[in-house]
Amino acid sequence: MASRAIEIEDVKTGEVTEAVYEHPFVVRLCHWVNAVSLFVMVGSGFQIFRAFPSFGAKIPQKDLLNWPKSFALGGWLGGALQWHLTFMWIYIATGLLYVGYQIFSGNYKQVLFVRRDLPGVWPMVRHYFFLGPKPPVREAYNPLQKHAYTSAIGLGVLSVLTGFAIWKPVQFSWLAWLMGGFHLARLWHFLIMWAMLAFVFGHLVMVVLHGWNNFVSMLTGWKQDPEYRSE
Amino acid sequence: MSSRTDSHKFKTISRRELLKLTPVVALGAFAIPRLQKPLLKTGLGFSDWASARLFRSGHLAPTFADSSLTPFNQFPVNDYDVDDPEIDFVKWTLTVTGEVQKPGDYTLAQIQALPKFTQNTRHVCVEGWDVIGRFGGVRLSDFLKMIGADPSARFVTVECADDYYESLDMATAMHPQSLLCYEMYGQPLTREHGAPLRLSIPTKIGYKQAKYLTDLKVSHVLEKVGYWEDQGYSEFYGL
Repeated sequence: MASRAIEIEDVKTGEVTEAVYEHPFVVRLCHWVNAVSLFVMVGSGFQIFRAFPSFGAKIPQKDLLNWPKSFALGGWLGGALQWHLTFMWIYIATGLLYVGYQIFSGNYKQVLFVRRDLPGVWPMVRHYFFLGPKPPVREAYNPLQKHAYTSAIGLGVLSVLTGFAIWKPVQFSWLAWLMGGFHLARLWHFLIMWAMLAFVFGHLVMVVLHGWNNFVSMLTGWKQDPEYRSE
Repeated sequence: MSSRTDSHKFKTISRRELLKLTPVVALGAFAIPRLQKPLLKTGLGFSDWASARLFRSGHLAPTFADSSLTPFNQFPVNDYDVDDPEIDFVKWTLTVTGEVQKPGDYTLAQIQALPKFTQNTRHVCVEGWDVIGRFGGVRLSDFLKMIGADPSARFVTVECADDYYESLDMATAMHPQSLLCYEMYGQPLTREHGAPLRLSIPTKIGYKQAKYLTDLKVSHVLEKVGYWEDQGYSEFYGL
């Protein structure tokens, strides 16, 4: 698809490079607000989890893991709940804004994972594990990236739905029922967080691997010297 | 398709795009100690406001078969600092005050004369665990009718023999599953579970289920919300 592109002539050397406008303002805004709110949700979530670090009965209680207090946010259960119940609205708002914008602007076409991207995922995985050549790059997002970003949005939706199931097990009793009951909803909420953390880890590794220009593009929108050519 | 510019102009364009992101920095206000408390209070207040909107008077909490009950000896007892409030059960009464036509002291027998309801409902603790218990008692709404509570009053507050205190919004107090509970698992309340009278409100979080009730007040304004709420927990916490 055609993105807005520009040719830049260096005033000193006269050298011409290309830049592509990859990330519209709303996408960048949502990305960074969401990065902050996800950090707060995970940190306060761990502090909440510390109050009952189990998924079974209260009596007898079998603890799953003893999460260190220094890697949690809020100081105590009440404090963590204040963070969690405040930032969940920011988290939801950025999610709705992002998805709404992507749909109405048509920008989703460059990042939504669809059926025809499927064959391209495995070659990209092989490449990252040094098992194959780098597949040619033709657009802003390769099939593996589309898969990752589309999954991350799915995880975001699930994190909100499972969260509502355990926050409002009476008003949204059907949600908890869909998830196999209150206990399982709480477990899904926890597991979805780990899946999200796995995404964030992979995402950060890729950011480091793909260098400065790629990182700057999420700040300014413009990617200088992209690997692919605009058409 | 592509237009051309020089590297100076491109720098200006990039900088302008970067500056558009300054609203993100506003989130940093949460890191400023002086602002953090009021901001989080506002956030929690918004959550409580949304909770109250999500509450539906006619929507019942799920009820469960007897086979799903948590065994009585595995029903946790969370007392907070008083093990035994040393209630004299012979002299015990519930003292009713506030916006009611018939204030005064009500005996357990007077309360038990109202129609009895028994329900197996989920008790959810703010810590994250939950149990399913069998609760028996009278509808709080029936009792409020009996004492002639002002239907326009907004809150019902209770005080307890162990100095615990709690409050409910009127909509929740009038909910058909909200009980003045004197029985658990078909037996009179034991001391651990709040004898002789406690709240059982299946549409609310655990810390709202006050034990050892001694006073009940109907009011238009709240002076204090609840023992845990006044330390920073959610004031509404509807499930």
